[in-house]
Amino acid sequence: MQKHQQKLNMRQSHVIQGFAPTLGLTIVYLSLVVLIPLSTLVFKSLQLTWDEYLNVIGNARVIASFRVSFLTALAAATITSFFGFIIAWVLVRYPFPGKRFLDALIDLPFALPTAVAGIVLATIYQPSGVLGQFLQDTFDLKVAYTPLGIVVALIFISLPFVVRTVEPVLQEFDFTMEEAASSLGASRWQVFVKIVFPNIFPALLTGFALSFARGIGEYGSVIFIAGNLPYVSEVIPLLIVTKLEQYDYAGATVIALTMLVASFLLLLLINLLQMWVRKRSGQL
Amino acid sequence: MSILLNNISKNFGQFAALYDINLEIPEGELVALLGPSGCGKTTLLRIIAGLENPDAGSVALNGKNITDQHVSNRGIGFVFQHYALFRHMTVFDNVAFGLRVKPKKQRPSEATIAKKVHALLDLVQLDWLHDRFPDQLSGGQRQRIALARALAVEPSVLLLDEPFGALDASVRKDLRLWLRHLHQELHVTSIFVTHDQEEAMEVASQVVVLNHGKIEQQGIPSEIYDHPQNAFVSKFIGQTNVFHVEKEDSQWLEHAGIVLDDPQGLIAHVRPHDIQIEKAQKPEESPIILKDWQHLGATIRLELSKVQSQANAANHIVYAQMPNEQFKNLNLNRGDHVLLQIKQAHWFN
Repeated sequence: MQKHQQKLNMRQSHVIQGFAPTLGLTIVYLSLVVLIPLSTLVFKSLQLTWDEYLNVIGNARVIASFRVSFLTALAAATITSFFGFIIAWVLVRYPFPGKRFLDALIDLPFALPTAVAGIVLATIYQPSGVLGQFLQDTFDLKVAYTPLGIVVALIFISLPFVVRTVEPVLQEFDFTMEEAASSLGASRWQVFVKIVFPNIFPALLTGFALSFARGIGEYGSVIFIAGNLPYVSEVIPLLIVTKLEQYDYAGATVIALTMLVASFLLLLLINLLQMWVRKRSGQL
Repeated sequence: MSILLNNISKNFGQFAALYDINLEIPEGELVALLGPSGCGKTTLLRIIAGLENPDAGSVALNGKNITDQHVSNRGIGFVFQHYALFRHMTVFDNVAFGLRVKPKKQRPSEATIAKKVHALLDLVQLDWLHDRFPDQLSGGQRQRIALARALAVEPSVLLLDEPFGALDASVRKDLRLWLRHLHQELHVTSIFVTHDQEEAMEVASQVVVLNHGKIEQQGIPSEIYDHPQNAFVSKFIGQTNVFHVEKEDSQWLEHAGIVLDDPQGLIAHVRPHDIQIEKAQKPEESPIILKDWQHLGATIRLELSKVQSQANAANHIVYAQMPNEQFKNLNLNRGDHVLLQIKQAHWFN
C-alpha cells in the first residue's frame, strides 16, 4: 500500500503530467495495430478442433519448414551479432576517411525493398553468379537455392538491427573504465572480456533478438534465393502464403499462430536472459 | 619508489601541452601537481601512468626507464577523476579486479583475495558496502572505493587525478585529511593533480606548480608560499595585492602615504596579512577608507580603497587580512579612514 502511494506521488511530481491520456492512447493504438489483428488470428484458428490442429502442425513438411525457419534465423542472427558488433566498434572507436559513407551504408537494407535484395543476392550467389561461381569452384559450396542462401538473405536484412542497437551503447561507454582496468594490470583481452563486453552485452542481446525476430518472419528476400524446396529450403512464411493460395485459410492461420507463439516464447526467453544479465551487473 | 622525468614534451596537434619537463620525486613523498586548468598537469600524470605517450623525454621509476612500458606493466595505481569504477561489478569485485587479472602463477587464491579485499575495504572504512554496485554509492564513497581498488595491487606509485574535484565541500575537507593520514600510514609515493592551491598546501608534502606546460616552481608548501619564485606562483598561491610600481600605482601608493622601502623590481606583490592597519585619528591623515569587510572564519578580510577614485574604484581595491580579535579592537566602521603599512613585499619584474 505504502509502495503504491509512493508510486502515485512520484507520478505527480513529474514536470510534464498526463499519465491518463498517454496511457489511454497507448492502449488504443496497440489494440488497433497489434492486438485486434492478432486476436483475429487466434479466433480464426479456434474454429478448428484439436485434432485438426495437430493434423496441420504435425505434417512433416510443416515441421521441416519450422526447422528451416528457426535454424536459419538463429544462424543469421548469430552471425549478424558478431559482425554487427565489430562494425559498430569500428564506427564508434576509430576516425577514418569515408566513415560517414560507411555509416549510411548500414541503413540501406532497411530502405531497399526486400524483394530487390532477394533478387540481387540470388543473382550473385547462383552457380553462374559472380560470388556463387567462385564459392562453387573453390569450396564446392552451393549458396543460392539452399538453406545457406536463406541465411545470406537474412544476414543482409538484419544487419542494421545489431549495429544500430550496439552503437549508442558503445558511444556512451566510459572509456576510463578500460584505462582503469589496464592500470590494474589487465591485458587487452581481459579488458575486453571483463569490462567492455559485459557492459555491451544487454544491447547486443537486444540486437540479436530483433534480428532473430525479423529473420523468422522474413518473406520477400528469402523466397528468391531459397529455391523453396519442400523439406529443405521452404520457410514458414512461404508455407503460409502457399496455404492461402490454396484457399486453406484455417491451415494458414494455424501455422501462423503456432509460429507467433513460438517466436513470442523465444523473444520472452531472450528478454528474461537480458533482465538476468542486467540484474547481475547492477543495471536494474 | 622515486620517479624521474627527463625532458618530457607532449603536443596535441599544434598545442604544446608539456614543454621540456624535468622533475624528480623522491620516494615516499605526497606530491601535488598544481596549476590552472589546461596547464598540462593531468597530461603529465597520465604520462607517468603510461596512459599517454610523451613525444620526447623519458620516465624512470626507481632508476629504471619505463617510457616504453605499457600501463598494465608499470605497477602504478591510478585513481581517476570520475573514479571509473566498473559499474557492472560489485564493490567487492571492483577491488578484487586487480588481483583476479594477475597471471595464473601469481594469482592468489580466492580466499586470500577475499581476505585482502575486506582488509582494504576496512582501511577505507567501507566494508559494509561490499555487495553494492557503484551506482548505489555517494561520491565520497566511490572515491574511497576507487582508492581501495588502486591499492589492491600494491602499486609502487599512486597517481590521483583531481581526487576531490567532484565532491562537495565538506566531504572534500574530510577526505583531504584522510588521504594525508593514509599516506603517512602506507608511505607509497603518491602524486595528485589539483587546481586548488589550498588543497595542495593542506595535503601535499611537496608542491609542483605548473603553468602553460612548464614547471614554475617546486618545493615544500611553506617555501612556495613564503618565497614564490615568480609573479605567477605568487598570484596563484593564495591571495595577493599587485602594485605596479613604475606605473600609475606608484602615484597611488605615494598618495596613500605608503612607502615601499628599497624597491627590488617593477611589481610588488603584497599578501593581505602583510598589510598592517591603524585607524586614522583625523580624515586628513589618510585618503584610504575601509569600504567593506568579510568574515572568513578566524580572520577578517578588509576591502580598502581611496576616497576619490569612485569611477575606477575596482582597480584600486587593496585587500588586507587580520585576526577577528584585532579587527574588533580597531573598532572600525565602513567609511573610516585608515593608515596602511606594508610589512613585507615580494618583488618581480
